[in-house]
Amino acid sequence: MAEAALKDRPATDGFDPTSYHVREGGRGTAVEIRDFSLWYGTKQALFDVGMSIEAGLVTALIGPSGCGKSTLLRCLNRMNDLIDGIRIEGRIAIEGQDIYAPAADVIAIRKRMGMVFQKPNPFPMSIFENVAYPLRVDGIRDKVLIQETVERSLRGAALWEEVKDRLNENALGLSGGQQQRLCIARAIAGSPEVLLMDEPCSALDPIATAKIEELMDELRGQFTIVIVTHNMQQAARVSDNTAFMYLGRLIEYGETEVMFTKPKVARTQDYITGRFG
Amino acid sequence: MAMDAVTSETAPPGVGSRQGVMPQRAAAGRVRLADLSAQGEPWLWCLGGALALGIVMILGFLVLVFWNGVVTFWPKPIEVVRLTDDSVIAGLPTRSARFRVGDQVLAALPAEKRAEIAANGGFADRTLYRVGNYDLYGEDFRWAADFEVVDRSRPMDLVLVERLEWGVFVGRIAAFTRGGETVRVDDPTSPALAEAWRTARARWHEIRRIEKGEIGTVNHHLEQERLRLRRALLEHPDGGPAAEAARARFAERESHYQAQYEALAARAQALKAQHEAETVTLIDVNGREKVQPLGTLVRYHAANQLTLLGKLDVYLSRWAEFLTDEPREANTEGGIMPAIFGTVAMTLLLVIAVTPFGVITALYLREYARQGRLVSIVRISVNNLAGVPSIVYGVFGLGFFAYIVGGSIDQLFYPERLPSPTFGTGGLLWASLTLALLTVPVVIVATEEALAAVPRSMREGSLACGASKWQTIRNIVLPRALPGIMTGIILAMARGAGEVAPLMLVGVVKLAPELPIDGFFPFIHLERSFMHLGFHIYDVGFQSRNSEAGKPMVFVTTLLLIALIFAMNLTAIIVRTRLKRKFAGSQF
Repeated sequence: MAEAALKDRPATDGFDPTSYHVREGGRGTAVEIRDFSLWYGTKQALFDVGMSIEAGLVTALIGPSGCGKSTLLRCLNRMNDLIDGIRIEGRIAIEGQDIYAPAADVIAIRKRMGMVFQKPNPFPMSIFENVAYPLRVDGIRDKVLIQETVERSLRGAALWEEVKDRLNENALGLSGGQQQRLCIARAIAGSPEVLLMDEPCSALDPIATAKIEELMDELRGQFTIVIVTHNMQQAARVSDNTAFMYLGRLIEYGETEVMFTKPKVARTQDYITGRFG
Repeated sequence: MAMDAVTSETAPPGVGSRQGVMPQRAAAGRVRLADLSAQGEPWLWCLGGALALGIVMILGFLVLVFWNGVVTFWPKPIEVVRLTDDSVIAGLPTRSARFRVGDQVLAALPAEKRAEIAANGGFADRTLYRVGNYDLYGEDFRWAADFEVVDRSRPMDLVLVERLEWGVFVGRIAAFTRGGETVRVDDPTSPALAEAWRTARARWHEIRRIEKGEIGTVNHHLEQERLRLRRALLEHPDGGPAAEAARARFAERESHYQAQYEALAARAQALKAQHEAETVTLIDVNGREKVQPLGTLVRYHAANQLTLLGKLDVYLSRWAEFLTDEPREANTEGGIMPAIFGTVAMTLLLVIAVTPFGVITALYLREYARQGRLVSIVRISVNNLAGVPSIVYGVFGLGFFAYIVGGSIDQLFYPERLPSPTFGTGGLLWASLTLALLTVPVVIVATEEALAAVPRSMREGSLACGASKWQTIRNIVLPRALPGIMTGIILAMARGAGEVAPLMLVGVVKLAPELPIDGFFPFIHLERSFMHLGFHIYDVGFQSRNSEAGKPMVFVTTLLLIALIFAMNLTAIIVRTRLKRKFAGSQF
């Protein structure tokens, strides 16, 4: 495994090297991040992050605000390209393919990495068209295929029963939780390999949150899920592996149960027990 | 204020006391100022007052234009006024005014009138009468001072006649001819007269139809043949069989159309003879006679015996003529249909030209261009363009569009018409493009703002679905920004439709012979000059023979221009509201 090589790295800036004790899913590595650093202008936001995300498992990224977990997530589908003055070093690879290689096709990469955002962001179109959007931009015109995909995706996002009679209504009329599940349906309609979720429940009430968590449980295995969350109970509930980040560094990355019961690094312990953060 | 007064009164002069009082006074002043500015009351009143002033000015303007415009066509009674010098005038009282009586006039007056005027401080009242009968007396309006009026009356048989030429006639209809015999008219409302008048008017319309419509068509075809021949001769300057064939064809077509023309002209001539033969005799209050063809009477009514319904009838018929007919009498009478048409056509063309241009520019500036110094300079320049005086655009439009672009088009595509220009002079197209240039900054700025206001989450959502940047802009950003873009277009339309100065250089004329749209290929003639309501107002109000006669028309035309711009803006706003409703449920 890649961790063996990573563990030998010397400590920098008073931070110990990352502690790894990852549970392996048996399906290999979906995304590999090596020595990844990122700067916004002159400010460094990520320091030599290295981690392998196990295929088919749910990986949670936790840490205090500003620790770089969202930045790291948004690097996985190159969403950070939109920001001016960004500079990166290191390598992120999906199944061995470097996504920051000069010849990499950003659009193809994003199609392999579905994304769900912090705030539900359905498009101002009908529910049907929202879910069909990834297919439409692919240029697919086969009506039957689109219909089937939309239904499958909505069922996959546990929304089908609620919206099947009003597929042609504006998606903005749905409730917040429904909108977020619609966004998940939209993300899985493009049949990605990885689902990136950037604090998907932070704008939702507890019931809607519970539904989304349930849904993530169902999606486990079908997709590799990477979720950024502020809610440590949520991370403990839904994830197989958890990565704890602090000040742009990956402090500890390991099996969730171990992370939340007896973490190997003191700083993780402090954060999880609520001593800071 | 009160505190200041008290302090300065109670503080005795002297160094010692000043030391004691000054700090106290400063402290008091500071507290009071802080109170006022903290409450913000004075500012609130200031802001509210400014708004109220603005609203009052706009309302006052609208009411003035609306009232003057609405009453213009309402029929007024005819007054016959006998003056002290035994002359009689008949006319429509238009307005009254107070004036200072001149010394010479005063000296000629009898003593009691002089005393009356002196009691009024040397002022007297006078009334302006629209007396008409320009062909008989050479003036349309006459003032009658109150002190020279002996008596006023409103005889029932007086008639106001609106004519094709020489303006209105105020007087009596004495007789008309029918089939060579003269019929006396005692009552201006007599059905026999009305019947004869309707027949004569129908004949006159028929003559116009033949002359403008049918003969116009023949002339058009003849002109086309002539141009075809010229083109053939230009292509074969050395003669040869092709040129000969063209000549032969032209001779054959020409004789064909000539024959058609002669037949039509003969018909028109016959009708005209009839038209001239059936006359009407008008007599004014002083007994002067005027004989003219009955068909040249546009409208007549016995002004003093109109019932309310009759007045309404005249009123509506005048509005109908105004809205649907062509102008006559140097634009001071008749309708303004060509001007309405020209204004609407120009504004629509302006929108068609400005929208893609402005939106595409803004899209590039906001979405694709690297935001650096160059883009900032471009943006500032665009904003400054909005402040360039509009006449400058007119000069540019004339020099660039008409002379350079239009001149080149003429050289390339219409050589047979030279030296008379086709596109090489002002016209509808060049006017619209000039105004599009004038208004494009508005669209660019509004579109840029609308694009910037599209939430980042929408773009990210689309990009995360694997959409390209263009697909995102096309499917998500543009629809979302559409209401804002519409706002820009509405503003551009409002500015463009009301602009006059540049148009005077690039294609607006006092009287356009033809509409830019007709039945001849290619149906829309963008090169033609056109009429415009804004210019019409200027022309009628300030360039006509008699500005007093034009004044009501100025108000009516202004009313119409405002109504037109209002209608166009309202349409655009309704469209925008529909679009906005689509996004009403959005959380962002």
